[in-house]
Formats: sequence, structure tokens, C-alpha cells
Amino acid sequence: MTAGELAISAHGLTRRFGSFVAVDHITFDVGAGEVFGFLGANGAGKTTAIRMLIGLLAPSDGSATVAGFDVVTQRAQLRRRIGYMSQRFSLYGDLTVRENIELYGGIYGLSDADIDSRTSALLDSLGLARSAGDLVATLPLGWKQKLAFSVALLHEPAIVFLDEPTGGVDPITRRQFWELIYAAAARGTTVFVTTHYMDEAEYCDRICVLVDGTIAALGTPAALKAEHGVATVDELFVQLARGAKVTA
Amino acid sequence: MTKRYGAVTALDDISFDVKAGELFGLVGPDGAGKSTLFRILTTLVLPDAGSATVLGFDVAKDLWQIRSRVGYMPGGFSLYPDLSVAENLEFFAAVFGTTVDAGRELIAPVYRQLEPFRDRRADALSGGMKQKLALSCALVHRPEILLLDEPTTGVDAVSRREFWDQLAVLRAAGLTIVVSTPYMDEALRCDRVALILGGRILGIDVPSAMAGRFDHPLFAVHGGDRYGLLQVLRRFPRMHSVYLFGDSLHYADDRASEPAAVVAELTAYLAANGHADARVESIAAGIEDSFIALMGTAA
Amino acid sequence: MRHGALRAFMAKEVRHILRDRQTLTILLLMPLVQVVLFGFALRSDVHDVRLVIVDPAQDVASLSLRSRFASSSRFRIVATTRSASAVEPLFRRGDAEVALAFEPDFAGRVASRTEPARVRLSVDASDPNTATVIQSYARAVIAQWAEERAADMPAVAVRPVRIATAVRMRFNPTLESVNLFVPGLIALVLTLVSALMTAISLSREKERGTMEVLLVSPLRPWQIIVGKVLPYLALAFANVITALLAAWLVFHVPFRGSVLLLLGESLLYAVVSLALGVLIAARTSSQRAAMMVAMVGTLLPSTLLSGMIFPIASMPAWLAPFTTIIPARWFIVVARGIMLKGVGLPYLWRETLVLVGMALVLMLAAVRSFKPRLA
Repeated sequence: MTAGELAISAHGLTRRFGSFVAVDHITFDVGAGEVFGFLGANGAGKTTAIRMLIGLLAPSDGSATVAGFDVVTQRAQLRRRIGYMSQRFSLYGDLTVRENIELYGGIYGLSDADIDSRTSALLDSLGLARSAGDLVATLPLGWKQKLAFSVALLHEPAIVFLDEPTGGVDPITRRQFWELIYAAAARGTTVFVTTHYMDEAEYCDRICVLVDGTIAALGTPAALKAEHGVATVDELFVQLARGAKVTA
Repeated sequence: MTKRYGAVTALDDISFDVKAGELFGLVGPDGAGKSTLFRILTTLVLPDAGSATVLGFDVAKDLWQIRSRVGYMPGGFSLYPDLSVAENLEFFAAVFGTTVDAGRELIAPVYRQLEPFRDRRADALSGGMKQKLALSCALVHRPEILLLDEPTTGVDAVSRREFWDQLAVLRAAGLTIVVSTPYMDEALRCDRVALILGGRILGIDVPSAMAGRFDHPLFAVHGGDRYGLLQVLRRFPRMHSVYLFGDSLHYADDRASEPAAVVAELTAYLAANGHADARVESIAAGIEDSFIALMGTAA
Repeated sequence: MRHGALRAFMAKEVRHILRDRQTLTILLLMPLVQVVLFGFALRSDVHDVRLVIVDPAQDVASLSLRSRFASSSRFRIVATTRSASAVEPLFRRGDAEVALAFEPDFAGRVASRTEPARVRLSVDASDPNTATVIQSYARAVIAQWAEERAADMPAVAVRPVRIATAVRMRFNPTLESVNLFVPGLIALVLTLVSALMTAISLSREKERGTMEVLLVSPLRPWQIIVGKVLPYLALAFANVITALLAAWLVFHVPFRGSVLLLLGESLLYAVVSLALGVLIAARTSSQRAAMMVAMVGTLLPSTLLSGMIFPIASMPAWLAPFTTIIPARWFIVVARGIMLKGVGLPYLWRETLVLVGMALVLMLAAVRSFKPRLA
């Protein structure tokens, strides 16, 4: 992927489940190296949208390309060029730190030499060299998340998708996590992240707010705040979400 | 109180009190000991050392007296997914020997939003609605105290605000509420707030006073390249701490100098290091800044 | 108000059971399927026994006896040969299960009546149980033939083939093995439903987190346990009726005793299993663990050690005492007694007492295991 190429390009992306339209013709682009935030209430369609972008779910309508590959017809190639981390699943608790890294290295087809060198680099950068032999389950949540993020980047993907990666940790660890995100973006990795923390939305280059499956706002945090006359993204979100259909 | 699970000390010699009618907040990350604390207060777990009384009853000796007077919401959704809204409410009312009608007045503000969905199965509700139902079930038997363990985690921003609006109404009616939360903005809505980390309480105070505990001059730094700014500021010799904060960076200086002087110094320094567009302003510390400082020293 | 709480709790349990359509269907159909499947599959009767005849002489007498075997529905003649050497390969290949060899002058011997006319029965005894049965069938055919021949010669006192014993199989004259298994099947069905379901129901509450909320309420542990057990008792009752109907209508298992007594004893046994399920759930940490323990701890011993399939009398001496702690063992005696022998409480009071004792002990243990605190 060359600079200037779009990391993600979605046109009229739609997904229906029976008569329920979870994602309703969303169109947006994400540039290479951008930190792009995806916000929305539970049930607004965030998870469905991500699943389509990473090739787990076929769109009912519309199209999208990720890292230059079509999400429907080129899923295999797409999967090799992206990384994924979610709060629900990250690493295997009953394997050690090192074993997890080696596992994912192997899964993504890295050579043994590469795995070795990148493992050491990763452990050193996170300060986990001494804990390499510890079971992941024994690590505090914040460390697990940082490790999971680094592992998602092990195979140097063009884009990494993060689904609510910082749930439950203290403010300091969350900021450390975001510094890792910034470091990755500085290296040219595009970061697509969803979050419930509105202050983290402010850290993004651009954000997109989903309400009832459609895009209610798309742009830089500063521009959107000015446009809606609010001081924080939290207020922006509340304003937009209040307009949502009152469902249970 | 102290509580250990094997080699892990979940609670380490903590002491605090909550006054009647207070809305008391417990703020801390996962693993800080919040849930263990709630379990002790609801008499589900006994402390290894120390004691606790709830509504004047001892958690070790008077468990049945406490259990009939407490409204409890444990973390996560803890109602019956295959029962309807109405059925869940009726069940919890009956278990406490009362009826939904008796508790109707108390749950009214919350239940108003649930009423249209009274026959819907609980697992078909959205996250925000589920929490409102859980709150109603905790209230329906008219408890004297509410113990809510992270009731708004994983819930969207709008529902969170509505939930806390309900809590404010309940507090105004005189109900004592102890709530834990990871969200700083919610901490601000409490009467008093305790910061808990690693099983220890780092500080208890009124939210505004907590903010006041921040003991260094604080500045907000705005600029386009936040990551770059961060790294540059980290190299500044008089930096005490610097971290991301919403749409800016918060920088704390380790001197007690005049703010204006520091602003000028920083602006010059940043310009010299490739950030001519940076803007520095002196600000008052907020509760999150205090927490970060406290956590930093505790770590 | 305590009773209101218990009633509300039971109402809730009933709702859970009724709304879990999948599980409910399985629970109601399973006994039916099990009884029918096992009833048809678990038989030790033998049919269509493959017989090879070795008849060097092929005289009137041997042909007569042979035709008796040919017309018997239990035997099927797969080969006829003059020489015994042909038999071995047939056995080895498994083409024959029994061989009937006549001596060379069978007719002559039969007619002479001074010396016995010999036939040799060779049975493939790799499965000793079937071999015994085959042997009995064959001898019965021979004996009947011999009797009829003797009747044709009324003046003669000596009979060529003697039958030493007159056996009459009481209570199960046709030796229908299904009669043996069905009472055990009822026990199996009850064990499965009861222990597994209470174990799962209880651990599901724990896993979901609703147990925490339940505990922080005036509900006492005994109320929670009773509230969980009683609704499943009703389900178990429905299962017993289904199993009995299946046994009676499909397999024509006799029902000589009191239906009411059997239902009562079945309920008693169900309570024992339910309490066991609760005990298991109280002591295990997850739904999966509870299921595994329930299956291995109740189903397996019940199947293997209760006398349902494998007779206790055949077990090694050191194992037999262990069977006394298996509740199913006692229930099977009761069920067989009522269904096949038609006896009542006067004969079964000992077993009933054991079951009552087990029920009380297990319920007590379950209530005491169920701590009002988490840790």
C-alpha cells in the first residue's frame, strides 16, 4: 500500500439481519497512518460494521476495501494485512507471554528468525522481558491489553482494528495504551479503534459517530465540536445519541 | 478490613465510612478491590481481618438483618434473561416478602422508562435498559442502602447520564448509595469520592477537594502533533509529569514558579523543537489529574 | 412471608424450565427414546442362530430331527455336511454359531433304545452368555423331538435322549431380556434427568451472577434448594409415566403390582437423585464441571453397578459391597419386584427404607453444603 492510498474505503456498506438493518449504507474513508475513532451506543451497529471490514461478515449491500483488498472477494489476503484486538478476546491465559507471541507469529506465517527478533523487541519495549515466562492470566489487565495490542502488531499489518481495547483499566494505563497507538500510527500503521471513553475519542485524528446504523457525524473532533457548538466529544455524542429512536 | 485470596491481597487494611443519605463513590480500575469490598459489605464474603458494619449491623454476625435491608447490584447483568421485565420485578419483590405495588413509588422514575417493555424478556433489552431494570429490582423492596458495583460499565454515554440522574433523585429522597465506577465524570456527581487502587484507599474527599490535592502547577498544551509534543515535553528538564488529556496534553511542572513564566518558557522550548503551533495555558487541576498523580505515587 | 418467597422462587424455576424449549423437549423425549432404544438394543435373546449340520448317515431319524431345527424360527441352517472337518473353518470365519453333529448310526441307535443315540452340540462360546442361551434352545428342540418320538412308542420305557431337569422360568417364562432391563431403564432415566438438571440449574445461577443477588436477600439456603428440587420432581414424575407407558405399550413388559406404589417409589428415587444433583452443584465451580461430575458420578455407577445390566451376583466379591451405596441398585429391586413379581411394600420395605434414608441424608448434606456466603 503506498502513501496516499486509502487504508479503508467503505461505500454504502449495509448489513441486514432479517428485517432489522444493523448498518445502513455507511460511506467513509480512512487514510493511511490515521488514528480513526468509531463511536456509537451499544446496538448502534459498531460491531457489525467492524466485522464486515475485517471480513468476518458479508455485507448485505454496498462494498468496502481494506488495505486495498475487497472485504468480500479478497478476504484471505486481507486477513494477512490486518491485525485485530478486542476486549473480549486477546490472548490465551493459560499460555505464557512468550508462548502467546510465538503462537501468533506462527499463525501469521512469520519465520522463526523474525519471531525471535520481534519477540525480544516487543518484550523489551513493553518492559516485559522478565515476565516472558509468566502465564498471561497472571498479568494485570492493563499489561494484558498492552501485550495484546503489541501482539496484534507483530506481523506489521497495514491496519489494526481495536474493538474497545481499554475497558476497565485505570487512567494511567489507558494513556500508556494510547501512547502505543500513537507510536504505531507514527510508524505508518493505520489504527481503527472503537471506544466508550469519550476522552479517548479526542485522541483520534478523525472520528465517526454511528447512530441507529447510520453515520451521524464524521470529521476531526475539533471541527465536529465547533460545528455542534459543544466543548467535548462527550457532549457531542449525547446530543447525537439523544436523537436516536427510543428503543429498549 | 483486609481480605486475601491465596497469595493475592485484594483488600489491604482499608478503613472508611459512609454517612447516611450520602452518595458515595468508589473509583478505581479493575482489580483494585472494589468488587471484593462490595461482597464484604453485602455479607457475601468475610474479611480476613478487621470489621465492617452496615446500617449498624455487623457483617460477620448479623448477615440476615443486612441482607433484608440492602439493595445490591453486582457487576455485570445479574437478572434472569429468560424472564420478562415484570416477572423479574415481581420475583425480587416476592423474595423480599413484599410486592411491586409497595415499592412502586420508589422505583417510579426508573420504571417509567421500562414500563412500555414490561412484557419483554430481559435479554432482549439494550445494555442501558438492563441496568435500569437491575436498579429497579434492587429498589423494589425499599432498601435502606444501595450498593451498586460498576452499574454503568459497558453502557452508552446517554444511558449512563440517565442512570446517574436517577441516582441523584434517589439520593434527594434520602437513600444512602455506595457506587463504584471507572468513569471520572461520574465521580464528580458523588458527595464524596474514594480512590481505590491495589486494595488500598489512596484518598477520600469531596470531589472538588480531591481536585485541589493536585500540588503542582498544571498547564494544558494544545497542538497538532500530540504524540510529538508528548515526546518533546518528556525531555523538558523541569517536567514533573505529562500525559494525554482529551484534546490536549496536561503538563505539570516541578517548580512552584509563576504560571506566566512557565507558559513563556514552554512555548519557546516547544517552538525551538519544531512545534511552533503549540499553545500553552495555565489551568486548574481536575479530579482526574489528582487521581493520576495519586496513582503515580502509589505505583 | 417466607412462604411467599419460596412460592415465588418455585414459580420462577418453573418459568425457566418451560421457557428453555430445547432442554424441555430433550428432557421429556429422552426417556422415551432411551427406553425404546435400549429396549430394542439391549437384549440377550438370540434369534437367527446359524446352525451347521454334520450328518454322515442322513437317515430317517436324523432327517426328522433336522427338519425340526429347520422349521424352528430361532435357527437357520447355513450348511449341511457329511464330515466334521468342514465345521472348523465355518466357526473360524464366523459363518456358524453352533454345529449339530449326528453319530453315524443315529437312526439305528434311536430304534434300538438300549443305548442312547448321541448328538454333539458344538457352540461358539466366544460370547459365553449367548452360547449358554443357544445351548438351551438347541436342547429344548432336541428334547421336544425326543418326547414326541417316545410318545410314538408308548410301550418303551427307555427314552433315547433324556431331559434331566424340568425348568420353568418363573416371572419371566419367555426369558424376555427386556423385562430385565426396563426397570433399570426407568432408574437410568430418573437419574439422568434429576441429577443432571438440578446440577446444571444451580450452577447456571452461580455462573450468571444471579446467585449473588439471591444470596443478598432474605431467602434462606434451604428455600433455594427446595425451590430448585420441587419443580424438577414434577418433571421427573412426567418422565416416569412416559417410561412406563413406553415399556408397557412397546415392549409389553408386564405390570403385575401396584402402579401407585411404583410411582411413589419412583418419586422417592427421584428425590434422591435431585438431592445428589444439588450436592454436586453446591460443590463444583462451573456448569461444565457440574455436568461432568453429574454424569460420571451418577450415570456411570448407576449403569454399571446397580444390577441394571450386569448382575451383582456376577461381580467380584470385593466390588459387591460398593453397590450398596448406589441408590439405583435399591430402586431396581423395587421396580422389578413391583413390575415383574407383583409384590408390595411388605416385601420391599427394606429397600424403601434405604431409599428414604438416602433421600434424607443427601438433602441434609445438600442444604449444609450450600453456604450462605461465597467464601
